[in-house]
Amino acid sequence: MLAHSVFFYFFSVIAIFSSLMVITSRSTVNSVFFLILDFISVGCLFIMVGAEFLGMIILIVYVGAVAVLFLFVVMMLNVAEQKQSWFIGKKSTHIPIGLIVSVLILLELLVVVGGWKYKDDLMSSSTLNLSDISNTHQLGLVMYTDYILYFQLAGVILLLSMIGAILLTFRQRKGVKKQSYFNQISRNPASSIELRNVESNKGVKIDD
Amino acid sequence: MMEYIQILGSEVYKILFLLVPILVSVAMIVWLDRRVWGLVQKRKGPNVVGPFGLLQTLADALKYIFKEIIIPASANKTVFILAPIVTMTLALVAWAVIPMSEELVLSDINVGILYLFAVSSLGVYGIIMGGWASNSKYPFLGAIRSAAQMVSYEVSIGIIIINVLLCVGSLNLKDIVLAQKELWYVIPLFPMFVIFFISALAETNRPPFDLPEAEAELVAGYQTEYSGMMYAMFWLGEYANILLMCAIGSILFLGGWLPIIDIYPINIIPAPVWMILKILFLFFLFALIKAIVPRYRYDQLMRLGWKIFLPFSLIYLVFTASFLFYFDKLPKGNF
Repeated sequence: MLAHSVFFYFFSVIAIFSSLMVITSRSTVNSVFFLILDFISVGCLFIMVGAEFLGMIILIVYVGAVAVLFLFVVMMLNVAEQKQSWFIGKKSTHIPIGLIVSVLILLELLVVVGGWKYKDDLMSSSTLNLSDISNTHQLGLVMYTDYILYFQLAGVILLLSMIGAILLTFRQRKGVKKQSYFNQISRNPASSIELRNVESNKGVKIDD
Repeated sequence: MMEYIQILGSEVYKILFLLVPILVSVAMIVWLDRRVWGLVQKRKGPNVVGPFGLLQTLADALKYIFKEIIIPASANKTVFILAPIVTMTLALVAWAVIPMSEELVLSDINVGILYLFAVSSLGVYGIIMGGWASNSKYPFLGAIRSAAQMVSYEVSIGIIIINVLLCVGSLNLKDIVLAQKELWYVIPLFPMFVIFFISALAETNRPPFDLPEAEAELVAGYQTEYSGMMYAMFWLGEYANILLMCAIGSILFLGGWLPIIDIYPINIIPAPVWMILKILFLFFLFALIKAIVPRYRYDQLMRLGWKIFLPFSLIYLVFTASFLFYFDKLPKGNF
């Protein structure tokens, strides 16, 4: 048990330290790096309590994909300048919204910590069987039977947000030539070469 | 306390027993790569240092060790130094779960394939960190290209892995290999094998998808500012990643350590040898492709990843699932 608790405290100290660094570090890119460290140590903690599937999914989804996009955005935008203008310059409309969101999240956390419980029928599953099956199998058994509705809803929400993001950034540009592989490959001399007799001093009009 | 030290000692011994051969084989594989490349172009390739030039990589490594490490003045020092370390560590850490035979595996975990997928998706950080910390145009452009490329090809690799998992019914790498006793998955899932191979090329930034380091436009991409040992670490990490991809490919599709046919004269060849032969075969294909295929344009690369591979592997996933369901071949599992 000693080794177990040593590792537990190791990962949890890293997790707490790095989450503190996320909100205190000066450079935004550094705070994203600390966020990644936080995700990784939380993933390790999940693995330590035996939820190896969840731990790996956290590593793949959050660290491997979401945090990469965070890093992208933070590296490309000049976030430091933006922050300066919020605090020093004119009043900003972002701060009240941010405050509202964070107060809401704090309230939600309080509700959960304060001992609110799920309804019983949500917890007791007919197919869940707490024997020594690996937790990947267990998740699979429950996810696509009892919780299929929630699973599908989560998928639909993700799809909606994806469509929204595409719509926000989509713009149709006119006058841009697009490469069509099919047309390129299916060209042949008969359709692309034309022989003309050019009269002297007249020339030929070549369309674009 | 003594007990823990003993356990630690034996683990360290096992880890060294795994890591040293990998590092040596990375050196050999670099030689093989250059040799194949040379022979395709009717050159000799490295053939001077040692027998057949085998020690060429060692000589290169020595050269790198004695070179000065230059850190650009405006670079973010911590991240700059961390980047090659991250690349190298992640490339080596993944080998912990690769089974070389039924017994010869460092850690036989339940979610082996997810672990491999997670570690290979973390590999992008070494590149982004290196590119950003250099604080220079070309490395940054290279890093951004490579990150976008790796994230997009990971998606189709994930779906290909799901294809295999549907046939196996377990995330354990040993189970994946043992499920191929009758039939290697390269036969029923051949299109997936081809897509996996091409995605692996993109995932490891190999030609024809070596856009992050396209010399013509980006100098050397994310490693432009690196020199000496730090450059060598990037380089070693890259080749260790390539070997890892070959190992994953041989586990998923080529039956891992299983012999081609299980009859007398062939099956006395020990299992690790089969595994190594399969890895080498895949690597040989990697090296050949480097020599014969021209580089893709960036928009072509993205089109291939998102518009061709992703839909195709999704459709094939539906096909596999329906086939298995219709013929009642879905793995029942041991639960």
